[in-house]
Amino acid sequence: MANEAVQTTPTQMSVGEEIMIQMNDVHKWYGQFHVLKNIQLTVHKGERIVICGPSGSGKSTLIRCINRLEEHQRGQIIVEGTELTGDLKHIEQVRREVGMVFQHFNLFPHLTVLDNLTLGPIWVRKMAKAEAEESAMKYLERVKIPEQAQKYPGQLSGGQQQRVAIARSLCMNPKIMLFDEPTSALDPEMIKEVLDVMIELAQSGITMICVTHEMGFAKTVANRVIFMDGGEIIEENEPEEFFNNPVNDRTKLFLSQILHH
Amino acid sequence: MANTTEAAATYAVGQHPDLAPPASTVGVVGWLRANLFSSWVNTLLTLASLWLLYIVIPPLLNWVIFDADWTGESREDCSRVGACWVFIKVWFKQLMYGRYPDQELWRINTAYALLAGAGVLLFIPKFRWKHWVGVFLLLVYPVIAFQLFVGGDITFSAVNLLLFGLIVAGGVIRFVPALQSKPWMGTFGKVYPLAVAVVLLWWLFGPSLAAFSIGSFEFIETPLWGGLFLTLVIAVVGIVASLPIGILLALGRRSEMPIIKAICIAFIELWRGVPLITVLFMASVMFPLFLPEGMNFDKLLRALIGVMLFSAAYMAEVVRGGLQAIPKGQYEAAEAIGLSYWKMMGLVVLPQALKLVIPGIVNTFIGLFKDTTLVLIIGLFDFLGMAQLAGTNPDWLGFAVEGYVFTALGFWVFCFGMSRYSQHLERKLHTGH
Repeated sequence: MANEAVQTTPTQMSVGEEIMIQMNDVHKWYGQFHVLKNIQLTVHKGERIVICGPSGSGKSTLIRCINRLEEHQRGQIIVEGTELTGDLKHIEQVRREVGMVFQHFNLFPHLTVLDNLTLGPIWVRKMAKAEAEESAMKYLERVKIPEQAQKYPGQLSGGQQQRVAIARSLCMNPKIMLFDEPTSALDPEMIKEVLDVMIELAQSGITMICVTHEMGFAKTVANRVIFMDGGEIIEENEPEEFFNNPVNDRTKLFLSQILHH
Repeated sequence: MANTTEAAATYAVGQHPDLAPPASTVGVVGWLRANLFSSWVNTLLTLASLWLLYIVIPPLLNWVIFDADWTGESREDCSRVGACWVFIKVWFKQLMYGRYPDQELWRINTAYALLAGAGVLLFIPKFRWKHWVGVFLLLVYPVIAFQLFVGGDITFSAVNLLLFGLIVAGGVIRFVPALQSKPWMGTFGKVYPLAVAVVLLWWLFGPSLAAFSIGSFEFIETPLWGGLFLTLVIAVVGIVASLPIGILLALGRRSEMPIIKAICIAFIELWRGVPLITVLFMASVMFPLFLPEGMNFDKLLRALIGVMLFSAAYMAEVVRGGLQAIPKGQYEAAEAIGLSYWKMMGLVVLPQALKLVIPGIVNTFIGLFKDTTLVLIIGLFDFLGMAQLAGTNPDWLGFAVEGYVFTALGFWVFCFGMSRYSQHLERKLHTGH
């Protein structure tokens, strides 16, 4: 746990009225395996949600459904007023507004860092190249690695790669950011540099959903923590309540396992 | 051993300087010891190899160079002790160009020179307009080469070339958003489909309108084409066409759309499952039987299409191998930033997949290049076919070996060139570190 990494002072992070993501009775199966069960989730503008739970609990699948990397088979997912169905137009529209950061970075190894960042703006947002590069450099500065712009991802450390991946998502100017275990594949000494960037991002007021086991991060920036197990949302609460007074037995067990090892 | 303990004792801890390695492990002596004489078995093998080289190389050199006949005009000038290169000299024009008329050979040579010039530009590292050379080679050059090789009205070709260029340039501007920096380009993009329609109409009805002419080349029918020239035409067309078709087939085979997938699998398995000879026979003998009376395609064109589709099926499987090596995360990251299927494939997946399978692609190219010799069986005389024809000429019976050695060298030069170029490309595209 990188608890000491998150000693920044929490600033005022307001949660708006506007609903960004609405999930109603969402179910998903992998073959016979019922991986998501009756997911009810409403995310407001500016919310910072941390999802935790044991592996195989469906937390990654849940956020991957939000930008349709996974297809749900029952229920309704509405992102920014657009319902996710088989319609490609809807899917592409949602993906333009939702950024995603992966556990294994998934940078494009054949492109330089700068080209990784400008690919989306140029080809999806149809931005002019010079403008895209200017904005990319701005985001590289925000994640504190502008000097790496001309390098290839293979030349960077894991932490640097993940920061590039965050910058790549931000370049699309998304309204919602999804993080799928962004620090799980990193060496301990690199977790802090990535978490620092994420904390700064959270304080900027962007809506974010983060699957992570970094409980220090959850305490610092989350306004809601969700615990999942067996494909269901077992418990959700404000971080303070969630960590100090968990209600469900499974939550208590999970917390005791990850906080006191 | 005493030496090491002494050295260790001489230096204080942490102060040990870098010393030169022992003389027996570096330099010529070290290399010989490590590679040729590392054990008594290896020493024996080395000596045996040297003996083998000794009995093979000198006679070979004598035949090829020292005892060979280099000057003369006819068979009487051959001493028959070594190779008679007079044979190659006499038949050289046929080996290179087939029966293409003498006074028109400049047309082939011009096309070669253009190709070589463009190739040289591509090899200059600092040259900044390489992509325009690529555009020229892929889009303009084929039209020029076609006009030169086949002949016909220049005006019509020139107008076509211009229109074709406009369509392509317009398409690039229309579909590459990064280029739409000026407002007129956006407007152009909107009227583009209309422009394409007009040009297509011209192509359909244009020939009857072409009343004026600035001159024309003599029409040279394809049975006169031959030698290395024919080999290069078939190989280059096959190579250039098989890659894009193969890529489309590979993508289709991995498609989630069942009908497209089924069509691609059927195509690949069908073409890959029959020998090239069968394909060529079909194209040459069977295909015309199915055509309506009076309708006929050129035999070379039929062979070209056969070779093209045949190698595309192979290429598809090579490319599919590359596609399978791209991790799922790359697709997901591309989708997550909102790229559509074709942009994801063109910008993220294919550049990586094709780079991975460069050795396989070049392998297929080299195989195709040599397989072109099979066109001999449908009566087209390529490089090897011409050598064989020359060897069976009554005046030159008994000189087939010289012909084979010469063509073998010719093929080797091209294949080795492709191999070296692919290695150069692999190094250049390496970003893994």
